[in-house]
Amino acid sequence: MTVPHIVGSSVPRKEGWDKVTGAARYVDDMVLPGMLYGATVRSSIARGKIRNISFDPSIPWGEFVVVTSKDIPGKNCIALILDDQPCLVSETVNHPEEPILLLAHPDRHKLRKAVDAVAIEYDPLPSIHSIEESERKSTIIWGTDNILKSYLVEKGDVDSVWKEAAHIVEGEYSTGAQEQLYIENNGVIADYDPEHGVTVWGSLQCPYYVHKALMTLGGLPENKIRVVQMETGGAFGGKEEYPSMIAGHAALLAIKSGRPVKIVYDRMEDMVATTKRHPSRTRHRTAVGKDGKILGGEIEFTIDGGAYATLSSVVLSRGTIHAGGPYHWPCVCIRTKAVATNTPPHGAFRGFGAPQSLFAMERHMDRIAHVVGISPVEVRRRNFLKPGQSTTTQQVIREEIDLHHFLDRALELSDYAAKKKRFAEENKIGARKKGIGIAAFLHGAGFTGSGERYLNSLVGVEAAADGTVHVLVSSAEFGQGTNTVLCQIAAEALGLPYENVAIAQPDTTVVPNSGPTVASRTAMIVGKLVQSAAQGIKQTLVKTGLLGDNYAPRQFRAACAQYIAANETLKSYARYEAPGNVYWDDEKYRGEAYAAFAWAVYVAEVTVDLTTYAVSVDDFVALQEVGKVINPVLAEGQITGGVAQAIGFALYEKVLWQNGRMLNNQMTNYIMPGSLDLPPIRVFFEELGNVHGAHGAKGIGELPMDGPAPAILSAVEDATGVPFRSIPLLPEDLFEALHDEPMEQDFSPSTRGRA
Amino acid sequence: MNTSAGRNTKCEISFTVNGEKKRVLVHPMERLLDVLRHELELTGTKEGCGEGECGSCSVLLDSMLVNSCLVPVAQANGASIITIEGISTRDLVKPLQEAFLECGGAQCGICTPGMILAAVHLLEKTSAPALADIREGLSGNLCRCTGYMQIFEAVASAARRRVAK
Repeated sequence: MTVPHIVGSSVPRKEGWDKVTGAARYVDDMVLPGMLYGATVRSSIARGKIRNISFDPSIPWGEFVVVTSKDIPGKNCIALILDDQPCLVSETVNHPEEPILLLAHPDRHKLRKAVDAVAIEYDPLPSIHSIEESERKSTIIWGTDNILKSYLVEKGDVDSVWKEAAHIVEGEYSTGAQEQLYIENNGVIADYDPEHGVTVWGSLQCPYYVHKALMTLGGLPENKIRVVQMETGGAFGGKEEYPSMIAGHAALLAIKSGRPVKIVYDRMEDMVATTKRHPSRTRHRTAVGKDGKILGGEIEFTIDGGAYATLSSVVLSRGTIHAGGPYHWPCVCIRTKAVATNTPPHGAFRGFGAPQSLFAMERHMDRIAHVVGISPVEVRRRNFLKPGQSTTTQQVIREEIDLHHFLDRALELSDYAAKKKRFAEENKIGARKKGIGIAAFLHGAGFTGSGERYLNSLVGVEAAADGTVHVLVSSAEFGQGTNTVLCQIAAEALGLPYENVAIAQPDTTVVPNSGPTVASRTAMIVGKLVQSAAQGIKQTLVKTGLLGDNYAPRQFRAACAQYIAANETLKSYARYEAPGNVYWDDEKYRGEAYAAFAWAVYVAEVTVDLTTYAVSVDDFVALQEVGKVINPVLAEGQITGGVAQAIGFALYEKVLWQNGRMLNNQMTNYIMPGSLDLPPIRVFFEELGNVHGAHGAKGIGELPMDGPAPAILSAVEDATGVPFRSIPLLPEDLFEALHDEPMEQDFSPSTRGRA
Repeated sequence: MNTSAGRNTKCEISFTVNGEKKRVLVHPMERLLDVLRHELELTGTKEGCGEGECGSCSVLLDSMLVNSCLVPVAQANGASIITIEGISTRDLVKPLQEAFLECGGAQCGICTPGMILAAVHLLEKTSAPALADIREGLSGNLCRCTGYMQIFEAVASAARRRVAK
């Protein structure tokens, strides 16, 4: 066959032309006849009992559809993992901005006034707003101990290592909440009629999550719920679980009114009420040999889950498994927990716990380097995982990764050694201090542990009589390139031009459940299933004698036409099968945590301006091994985009809280990087391949979120001598740290205390 | 425009949108963004923040690049407005859109119409923009997906193609 390879080439994005011409249809671009607009009345307090709800008589309430928890036909919860989050508060408010009541009206201008005209009186209860307050347990807001979930990972006997240690290095590190800040706010339209049930069109990542949640909420059977994903204007995890909530609200209003209802949040509502990245605190206590080798240690990782369990258990799981970084721990004890506070639940955001625990690990490696008296490069070199060694969960590294080579290449690409030397010299004078820093890390692709087995994903490929092929998956496109990459894989498997393959719009009446579009699983897990299903089409045609082993697209078309004339449809499905050698123990949290890890070394170069206290990132090298790169342009875009978000996480994006409510819920005062704020982000790939993924692909989407923050803080330390241990690191934090003590003070790392 | 209308009454606004004369009966303080999207069904112009920070609602108003979420429609009376739908029909814009596709300048696509308008505005003023000009020219438009690198590349590539012609 002479068809050139489609996998590995930068074919244009499937829906790209619609996007660059403004023709792409997002949910807010859709209007249905007779449609109402919906709005949400939310709690003004962090915790308390609702005493009374009254309606201002100046509003003509008869024109409005009003829904309370009493109108819920099924169970009042957002079904996800524990089903502890209500769709609408019935008695007790557990966080600010919690949905209490829903309104709908044909005129969206009249809605806002009506929302303000609903007065809710409360009997307040004490509330808690930090990890420390939650741990104190003087107020219990969830379960019996405020603990949403905990894990314990044990490898070897940590108690025995302390006496052998040349150094015992301790450190505490923390990360703040971060808003996903997709540019398209959350939104859905719901429609209802008794015959077909509920249909929802929305901006979302996981059609079948919404489907499941609506069955529970509406008390409806599977076939009375239809969920359709519209073009989605960014998600980053922020549209993983939350769409079930807003879809539930629109569906309740649609059921009550019998009319279609659109709810699209404005920016302020989206920021104040929906999920963010979990704030975290990590404590390390590490036994280190005099050569800088880790002998063993204890890691305590705690995340703030907010008021309900939602996805915290799985975010915690990923954070737990990544807490040891890409290093060899002969023995380790990792204790982790997600605690409840009276803030809106924190949720999925690119990286999903790993950016938090890896930030701590990487800052701690720099600390170990200082204590031992070796360089940040050397401490990593001496502790890197090697093939044959095992991770903290005792997963043996079977692939031939060479982290030393990745490190060498990243150092070379960034001209690390020369710059480090030059900056040390130049920093002796002037108010602009330059620094260079590194981070090494890994990111597991796919669901954790036995997760993929439970998901049991199903993928379809359908051929039409004209020889065009449709990929049928519930995997959603929201910028990452799902449509394109999966079509490339199907085209390659069938030996067809890319143009002959299309992807079906995710619609639960059309596509099977190929799992949620999360966890860097789409290219690797779903891609492999698409490849198998596509091969199934070919096998069917070959087996029935309609097609030879080698064929041209026109012969494929003729074969499809013949097959369909005789059999009506030509479809092939593939279901996930766990690789034989994957072993995972959910009880002991031990075994093969992920089918594959991607690996990376990032280098950041910064300038710290001691006049303005601003940190600017001047250059950024991102080197990673992600298996086969299916589409180089899209892959590079995943990395540059992730690095940009992570620069925001490190230096710009600070959520200001007041009693559990976000105060700066506007783009004006929650600052994300703009076009003038970012360095050149230089992206380099290593491709080792991976036995599990399609064509050897691994996950890529979340990886770039993990490394930039620690690399940047390492560079800031190089520039200023201050080992900062918390992000976001804003100019005021730098000012405070550098002025707490006289400017002549030696900020050498041996200085104990702050930072 | 009938300015004698009371606070809550609608008034007639006339303007040219994408080369066509349009007349709408709307509240004078209605946002231009909403009039474009709801009255004229030009949904390519997107709302991101509603406060002039993100640039997703960018349109050209008498050749100026503006955030249509900050423009009361009364202010657009008599003006000529170009949206993404109108600009897409211009020959000069096609190579820019192609460059966005080739270079990976569009991911989720929600900021893309605004980015394209900002880029056109820049390329009309500066035929061969340096990287610093591109960064500056797009500084009113936020993108959360790309990290901007591939957008810069797309704009630079479109400018090169134009110069080559």
